[in-house]
Amino acid sequence: MGNPNRVKAESGIMRWVDDRFPATQMWQDHLSKYYAPKNFNFWYFFGSLAMLLLVNQILTGVWLTMSYNPSGEGAFASVEYIMRDVEYGWLIRYMHSTGASAFFVVIYLHMFRALLYGSYKAPRELVWIFGMAIYLLLMAEAFMGYLLPWGQMSYWGAQVIISLFATIPFIGPDLAQWIRGDFLISGITLNRFFALHVVALPIVILALVVLHIIALHEVGSNNPDGIDIKEKKDESGKPLDGIPFHPYYTVKDIFGVAVFLFVFAMVIFYFPEGGGYFLERPNFEPANPMVTPDHIAPVWYFTPFYAILRAITFDIGPLQAEFLGVVFMGGAIAVLFVLPWLDRSPVRSMRYKGWMSKVALLLFAISFVILGILGAIPATPIRTAVAQLCTVLYFAFFLLMPLYTKLEKSKPVPERVTG
Amino acid sequence: MADNGVNKGRRRLLLGATTVVGAVGAVGVAVPFVASWQPSARARAAGAPVQADISKLEPGQRITVEWRGRPVWIVKRTQDMIERTENFDPARLVDPDSTAPQQPPYVTGPLRSIRPDISVLIGICTHLGCSPLFRPEPDDVDMAAWPGGYFCPCHGSYFDLSGRVFRNVPAPSNLEVPPYRFETDDIIIVGEDEEVA
Repeated sequence: MGNPNRVKAESGIMRWVDDRFPATQMWQDHLSKYYAPKNFNFWYFFGSLAMLLLVNQILTGVWLTMSYNPSGEGAFASVEYIMRDVEYGWLIRYMHSTGASAFFVVIYLHMFRALLYGSYKAPRELVWIFGMAIYLLLMAEAFMGYLLPWGQMSYWGAQVIISLFATIPFIGPDLAQWIRGDFLISGITLNRFFALHVVALPIVILALVVLHIIALHEVGSNNPDGIDIKEKKDESGKPLDGIPFHPYYTVKDIFGVAVFLFVFAMVIFYFPEGGGYFLERPNFEPANPMVTPDHIAPVWYFTPFYAILRAITFDIGPLQAEFLGVVFMGGAIAVLFVLPWLDRSPVRSMRYKGWMSKVALLLFAISFVILGILGAIPATPIRTAVAQLCTVLYFAFFLLMPLYTKLEKSKPVPERVTG
Repeated sequence: MADNGVNKGRRRLLLGATTVVGAVGAVGVAVPFVASWQPSARARAAGAPVQADISKLEPGQRITVEWRGRPVWIVKRTQDMIERTENFDPARLVDPDSTAPQQPPYVTGPLRSIRPDISVLIGICTHLGCSPLFRPEPDDVDMAAWPGGYFCPCHGSYFDLSGRVFRNVPAPSNLEVPPYRFETDDIIIVGEDEEVA
């Protein structure tokens, strides 16, 4: 039957479509009459860049599957085949591998923006939770994708991560075996990771991106001042501080995309291995279950959590250090999900929060970066102590948030957006 | 009739019953999908435990069996070998007390074995996967106070008879001990853990 109140085109082909599908309505709801605050700054580029990279990953990924062979015997050689013999295979693969790292750069900046301006606070809790779910699945997607080249670091990185499950008391070893589908990581594991990486996870991630955007457009975008633009409207009901997403922010985002592509192309063409951080050196040797590389480090975007895992070197009661490390690593991600309920500040944006929130965010950001560095290099007793300190700071940011956001005195928030 | 002939109680019952049956069906459908991730029959056959008969193994001798594609050494140590290993200077070893997870929990002490005389090791150097050579006697290697053990010819790593790695060699950790148990005094099952008492 359709909604009789829908906006429809006057006549022509669009009218024909609108009588059958709400095209004009959707265009207006999400683009031409979606009013976004006019004071978006640099930090607001990264949402659209994440979408661009999602498209990049899907497009290049589909092309890679055309020449890739997901078997223990053929995987490594087929990647070499893509790199050497397939027309432009090297470019498509480097777009995919660099795209994965760029995706995480963009996502981390996108998440930092949310921390900076309180974009997770009411009424945007679901926007944040959908986003966190995307982040979690992206990590799974990236982890499984990294096994596919079947190089030494693919193999041993997966070995380390799957062993994490084996530390869970009682069910751990059986769970790890269930995940591997074999007694050691083998072609069987590779095959199932391929299926998950290429089919299952992308479908779920795409669905979550849709939910993320629907939830965002339901409540409207936050802004650097963290104030609600819907409270001040003109006589026609448009927010005074809002501008339609299209054309204003589509043009702004296209500019952002152009700048981003300069950097992206530079990495693809000149530093595709990212100095050993995007594609690690041991991955240029085929996977060998008999030989462990000297130093196993995950790809850079996992290193902060890997550093937390390694920082737990002590048992607590009956719980072994290995398992506690997994608990802390999981907790470091899980605590992000409840962030909207930890922040008790009356204001959203860091601009109007008190000094305690600012110091806390600064310390959090610094400790996250230090953890990222520590997770990429071999552990020594001093580094482990630093990682332990940073782990404490990481968790303190979240667990003390209900206290310091309540204790501190926030500044008055302006009526209208500034600058 | 106030409710237009609708029997609300019966509706609720039917709704509840259908939901329960549907949920049971959903769990049933999930079973094959979850079970499909277990190791397949082929993977299980390839990874099955192997049995070794050590009744004809003389003291000081070694036999090699294959388990999951890797050589497994079984050595019957002489009393002299046991003493040399136990009395060896731990300062010359990287991990004399086997703190790294290179062995099952029931394999402890300097001998790294269930029975002092029988040593079971995976014969793959922890450096780059070569198979080290058996050098059981003090004269076999040109080294002061060599307690007997294994020497990897690829890059010169040394291990004692318990597979404990020496200091200042390329290999980072002790040789791995596979899970194993004694079926009888003469039969070892490699690949199965010792029964937990």
